[in-house]
Amino acid sequence: MFANTLSLVIWTPIVAGLLVLATGGDQRATLARWLAVAGALAGFVVSLPLFTQFNNLHGGMQFVEKMPWIESLGINYHLGVDGISMLFIVLNSFTTLLVVLAGWEVIQKRTGQYMAAFLIMSGLINGAFAALDAILFYVFFEGMLIPMYLIIGVWGGPRRVYASVKFFLYTLLGSLLMLVAFIYLYFQAGKSFEIEAFQALAKIPRDVQILLFVAFFLSFAVKVPMWPVHTWLPDAHVEAPTGGSMVLAAITLKIGAYGFLRFALPIVPDAALQLSPVIVVLSLVAVVYIGLVALVQTDMKKLVAYSSISHMGFVTLGMFLFSGSNLNAWAVEGALVQMVSHGFVSAAMFFCIGVMYDRVHSRNIADYGGVANKMPIFAAFMMLFAMANSGLPATSGFVGEFMVIMGAVQVNFWVAALAATTLIFGAAYTLWMYKRVIFGDVGNHHVAELSDVNKREFLVLVILAVAVLGMGLYPQAFVEKMHLSVNDLIAHVAISKL
Amino acid sequence: MNWADLNLMPALPEMFLLGALLVILMLDLFISDAKRVITYGLSLVTLAVCAYLQINTFEPFASYTFSGMFIDDPLSDIVKVAMYGVTATVLVYTRQYATDRGLFKGEYFTLSLFALLGMNFMVSASNFVSLYLGLELLSLSLYSLIALQRDSARATESAMKYFVLGALASGLLLYGMSMLYGATGSLDLALIAKSIASGSANQTLLVFGLVFIVAGLAFKLGAVPFHMWVPDVYHGAPTALTLMIGAAPKLAAFVFVLRILVQGLGAMVADWQGMLVIIAVLSMAIGNITAIAQTNLKRMLAYSTISHMGFLLLGLIAGTPEGYSAAMFYAIVYVLTTLVGFGILLGLSRAGFECETLDDLKGLNSRNSWYALLMLLALFSMAGIPPLAGFYAKFAVIQAIVNVNLVWLAVVAVMMSLIGAFYYLRAVKAMYFDDVQDNSPISMAGDMKLVLSVNAVALLVLGMMPERLVAMCVQAMKLSLTTL
Repeated sequence: MFANTLSLVIWTPIVAGLLVLATGGDQRATLARWLAVAGALAGFVVSLPLFTQFNNLHGGMQFVEKMPWIESLGINYHLGVDGISMLFIVLNSFTTLLVVLAGWEVIQKRTGQYMAAFLIMSGLINGAFAALDAILFYVFFEGMLIPMYLIIGVWGGPRRVYASVKFFLYTLLGSLLMLVAFIYLYFQAGKSFEIEAFQALAKIPRDVQILLFVAFFLSFAVKVPMWPVHTWLPDAHVEAPTGGSMVLAAITLKIGAYGFLRFALPIVPDAALQLSPVIVVLSLVAVVYIGLVALVQTDMKKLVAYSSISHMGFVTLGMFLFSGSNLNAWAVEGALVQMVSHGFVSAAMFFCIGVMYDRVHSRNIADYGGVANKMPIFAAFMMLFAMANSGLPATSGFVGEFMVIMGAVQVNFWVAALAATTLIFGAAYTLWMYKRVIFGDVGNHHVAELSDVNKREFLVLVILAVAVLGMGLYPQAFVEKMHLSVNDLIAHVAISKL
Repeated sequence: MNWADLNLMPALPEMFLLGALLVILMLDLFISDAKRVITYGLSLVTLAVCAYLQINTFEPFASYTFSGMFIDDPLSDIVKVAMYGVTATVLVYTRQYATDRGLFKGEYFTLSLFALLGMNFMVSASNFVSLYLGLELLSLSLYSLIALQRDSARATESAMKYFVLGALASGLLLYGMSMLYGATGSLDLALIAKSIASGSANQTLLVFGLVFIVAGLAFKLGAVPFHMWVPDVYHGAPTALTLMIGAAPKLAAFVFVLRILVQGLGAMVADWQGMLVIIAVLSMAIGNITAIAQTNLKRMLAYSTISHMGFLLLGLIAGTPEGYSAAMFYAIVYVLTTLVGFGILLGLSRAGFECETLDDLKGLNSRNSWYALLMLLALFSMAGIPPLAGFYAKFAVIQAIVNVNLVWLAVVAVMMSLIGAFYYLRAVKAMYFDDVQDNSPISMAGDMKLVLSVNAVALLVLGMMPERLVAMCVQAMKLSLTTL
């Protein structure tokens, strides 16, 4: 095992991205593509030891690296993963590979820059998950905005400018307040930006905790996104290119939820407990109301975007189910499983929409109909992903939702009952869309001219299908990794800091 | 004065600069326009030698000369080296631009070097008289530099405005200084500090004087509500001179403020802190909000400068050594970033065409993706997005004010930088998202291309590894403040 696995995981894609950028203009697009796929593959391969060599019986951080970075400001280059963050790093490296493949011949304009932006972003995301120093985390967390802004703005749809600026400013708003919170905590924790030092603070007054929680909440709630600060997401998703949507849904949203687990809950547990009813209500609104909003969408991408918000509502719900001062272990693990699963499923759904969009250049449900007649293989795959999106047992979508609902029943029956409506709404909006797009007679001459998936698309679909089914049939592979870390977290949160 | 005791070593670089300057002035009379590049080369060599002398005579303590009027401490050494570098960079960036507009004359170089000499004196002054002399040498050189393009109504108007308002500010400053002299009986900063600390000075007169001083300093920095001249002068001056005003003088002004408020009036920190809070908040707010409405890039950058001065003042408001070093770091990073921003504008301009509106940036990524990337780095650095140097600058000043329990001010500051992010994003949008409007080829001289690239990449490198520079600022403040 390398001593610097995490650094390698972070810097491999970034260096690869810079190399791709150096290929220059579109005349060397083929080289850029192959270089990008090599870089993404290398990034994925170096991230695998994190999964295979992870010690399930070891609580706390693993693969730790620490050295001084900006001593004068008290900032360290401190990396490490626990059972929670490790999963997301691997998931991210995996998704990056798919994204590069998904954009292969679709992106004809400034291919090198496109691929480079994704690779660099992939490294930054890994960094955000691996950082154990608050400012290091912040640097990665914010640095991500630059490539994402460009991805949406340069390669996006008609309203890309509006969407990209909205995305940027919304996320910046939240994170800047978090920065102030970090600096405040730095002085409380004896001039240290270590996240573990923040978590170890024994006493924080209630009103301070609440202010800190609000700062964290604004930052992460925008990223998740929770209702009512979700409005950037449908815009960003609809206008982003397929790859952008995949990364946004599969990974960047998860950073928000991860932030709640890493910062908000352990650092200010009493405020989290006190404000948990608010989060639960907002989450339920997301699950139910946004589920209904998804039902009436006429744009496929918007529909899946709203479905993402609804599913992420489930995640935040699972993370804030307290009985007494104890978090519910089922619900937290369920939330984590849901996050990973949603990473696969939403990436798959956006990819499917991308496949159709590349052929017809429309995302409107009404412009399709009877696609199954022309693209039978594609229709079969999309069927699987649609089922997973609506939470069918034996797919990954079921496991997480089931665990969260189980947890919720133990805490409050009515919360569980409302949350469970997602199984109905989710099935309704996903399958209804599927029916209108895929089944029936051939809708128009565009559909009549469709050709089935090519080898590249087939490959991406197969990989995603294996992931979705694998996780649905054997979730234990993931749950056993996170189990100890989740228990530690719950034990930590249960101790009051008042 | 005893001649035997006169040790001129602390002012060696300045004396060399003056000597070289006079040589260049004379030599240039015999150089034809076609060979003007010789003057250019000589000026660069002069700056390099100055930097060499400055670094070579570095001492980790303060030494005085000219009867204690001139101080040479680590703070001034670092800032001076930075100013030599910045001035040289400005000369490189503006060569093509100035040649195309008939500004490439001997006076251009001699006046630039005179301005630099003035700045050196501002940075090294430890007495109101030398402070004022340095300031006026700088200001008068800049007024005439702007007016150098004498056929341009816009430039002349701009020079006139700058002159009138600058003179007003100098007047305010002098008035304040005279009151302080009345209260303390001295013009020497160290003696003034001692007199105030002993409590023997007339408090009312002191505070009165302080108000005038702060107003004068705010004028020079271009902070609200004394900022009116900034957009007009930035906009009206030829871009080359906008850069000259916006770069090194900001560094000098920062040290100038530090010398007067911290070194001289440090005991009155409670009095000036409140004034600076108002000025800083207003600067950040008005600078950022007004910048949104600008379509002219030079005006936009002018308002952006106003907001940056607000941020810089945050470091002083903290009133701690960490705060001062954070502000120093901010000033250096700000100047580095400004150089890139205006450097691109200069590079995109050509004979008969001024690149100065947002529309002129449209589609830059398709015209030349490297320049677009450099500008992108500068803009995101100004917006304070990591991993660019501008982030650590903002971070350090915010850390300093949170340390003195001004959390509310920190929240205001970050909200203002959020507003600021919008107009930087709009410029990025023009470069990357919009289609090309003007597809004429971009020709940038080789030397400029190289320096500009190094300059912009430095923002990124400094963002990844800021420790060196931050530590240097901290060390300089520590060494220099002990002598205060």
